Amino acid sequence: MESVVSRSGWWLAALFASIFAMAAAVDWGFAVHMGIFALAALIGLVVSLRTTDFQAAARGLLKVPQDEGRYDDDLIRYGMIATVFWGMAGFLVGLIIALQLGFPALNLGLEWTSFGRLRPLHTSAVIFAFGGSALISTSFYVVQRTCRARLAFPGLARFVFWGYQLFIVLAATGYLMGITQGKEYAEPEWYVDLWLTIVWVAYLAVFVGTIVKRTEPHIYVANWFYLSFILTVAMLHLVNNANVPVSLFGSKSYPLWSGVQGALVQWWYGHNAVGFFLTAGFLAMMYYFVPKQAQRPVYSYRLSILHFWSLIFLYIWAGPHHLHYTALPDWAQTLGMVFSVMLWMPSWGGMINGLMTLNGAWDKVRTDPIIRMMVLALAFYGMSTFEGPMMSVKSVNSLSHYTDWTIGHVHSGALGWNGMITFACVYYLVPRLWGRERLYSLRMVNWHFWLATLGIVFYASSMWVAGITQGLMWREYGADGYLVNSFAETVAALHPMYLLRAFGGGMFLVGAGIMTFNVWMTILGKLRDEAPLYHPVHNADADHPLTAVPAE
Amino acid sequence: MSTHSTYDMLRHFADSWGLLAMLLTFLVLVLWPFRPGARSANEAAKTMIFKDDDDGE
Repeated sequence: MESVVSRSGWWLAALFASIFAMAAAVDWGFAVHMGIFALAALIGLVVSLRTTDFQAAARGLLKVPQDEGRYDDDLIRYGMIATVFWGMAGFLVGLIIALQLGFPALNLGLEWTSFGRLRPLHTSAVIFAFGGSALISTSFYVVQRTCRARLAFPGLARFVFWGYQLFIVLAATGYLMGITQGKEYAEPEWYVDLWLTIVWVAYLAVFVGTIVKRTEPHIYVANWFYLSFILTVAMLHLVNNANVPVSLFGSKSYPLWSGVQGALVQWWYGHNAVGFFLTAGFLAMMYYFVPKQAQRPVYSYRLSILHFWSLIFLYIWAGPHHLHYTALPDWAQTLGMVFSVMLWMPSWGGMINGLMTLNGAWDKVRTDPIIRMMVLALAFYGMSTFEGPMMSVKSVNSLSHYTDWTIGHVHSGALGWNGMITFACVYYLVPRLWGRERLYSLRMVNWHFWLATLGIVFYASSMWVAGITQGLMWREYGADGYLVNSFAETVAALHPMYLLRAFGGGMFLVGAGIMTFNVWMTILGKLRDEAPLYHPVHNADADHPLTAVPAE
Repeated sequence: MSTHSTYDMLRHFADSWGLLAMLLTFLVLVLWPFRPGARSANEAAKTMIFKDDDDGE
């Protein structure tokens, strides 16, 4: 009783503080955000006052089984739903902005729906909302299983999950209102950054706390990758968001780092967000879920350790390759390039380690669509970690930089590697978390696989063509030394490629829609009555003993 | 110490002892699982996710 009173006291204090900040706001965007904080505090207050009722209602609504087992899986179920939801939202906004590039009228002439505001909404929705929800929920799943311990600090873990969702809502609404630091992948303003810092420290405490209370002597390698992801993202976030607000009640702030130093810090952050959020974190998923789904251990545990330390030691230096041919000192550009090229080796080591886990069980690629997704994810991991080092070479970069080739590269990594491995993990987890016999439909997983794969092929190949066209047109000089093409001419040349890209993105979105339906039906406990995906046919003619052939 | 001499000291440290220390740390960490006698530990570590049915539940 006492704890309920003190907890609701804190919620009430947060509610009053938010309302006060809302009243004192110097710009309306800040006021809206403080209103969202107040709403969150109000929800927290109501829930903490009537905990039992709401928990039971949510369980009934989401068909959650009673969780009295060894592991704390409630949050992971919410996390799966959040992952699917944010994925659909992020892919949809991606399709909209792809169509805006093809048909500018779709900007609607409104500031809130213009490309410049929807684009960070798309990137943050897919990376931080879809990817982040998947990372947080799978990390909570994997750390409990591999440590054979229940999640540490269950209350704090709930704060991490819901606090992160609040961060997503604040970031997304901020972009639409034009609140941004203008730094790629670090757009949220100072107060949202501070909120994320609090959530992230709590996340670290829950994760490390669970590792500390483990009953298994060894810490499985997937946890190393998750831990490096959590620690490094914390460091990157703090350094790149060192900003001074103009007013404590306003949304605008200015960075501590300026000029070329600021650019270097930004791309040190930006590239390591790719390296530690989208690579290390998802490799953690790979090192647990691929062996589990294939039902055989990882090919080489030693290689996984080698993979881990090489990524950690090399990735952190690769950022300057985003600043080739800029005011950044030449030695720093070369350093970034050299480390990027070196990164190719550990990346392929990791890819080979994942793929060779299927050694002796390659038939599963044909019979199990979830394994097929994992294999495709690893293939795209290998492909984009080859393409990346190649594009970081200065002479290649002079053609590819600022063109759509970069966008194609990012999407072959994000859709192919991050998307596919996340889909595979969702398909692995949902039946287990809800205690279902199997997924609603395996054939739908197969449809999802092919729609997503073909969608990525359309996306990546159209962007390769677009990027190289653009790069060559920009650098084309005539005999008299003038540039041959005006910028508008290069844009017009790309129009068909933009339409093909939107078509590929549309296919990817339809595939994800099928996943949403499949996951929904699985949660409801339905099983689709369908013919098995793989059914070996008996060949009577071939079914006889080998006849001995006399030697000549 | 002036700003420039601080910078100068740090960059010389970074490309001499600092670099060497990082390289040695890296080599020790990477070679550690390859030490003689680590085979059984690696084998146990990679199969631990299959211990008990359904992760010890």
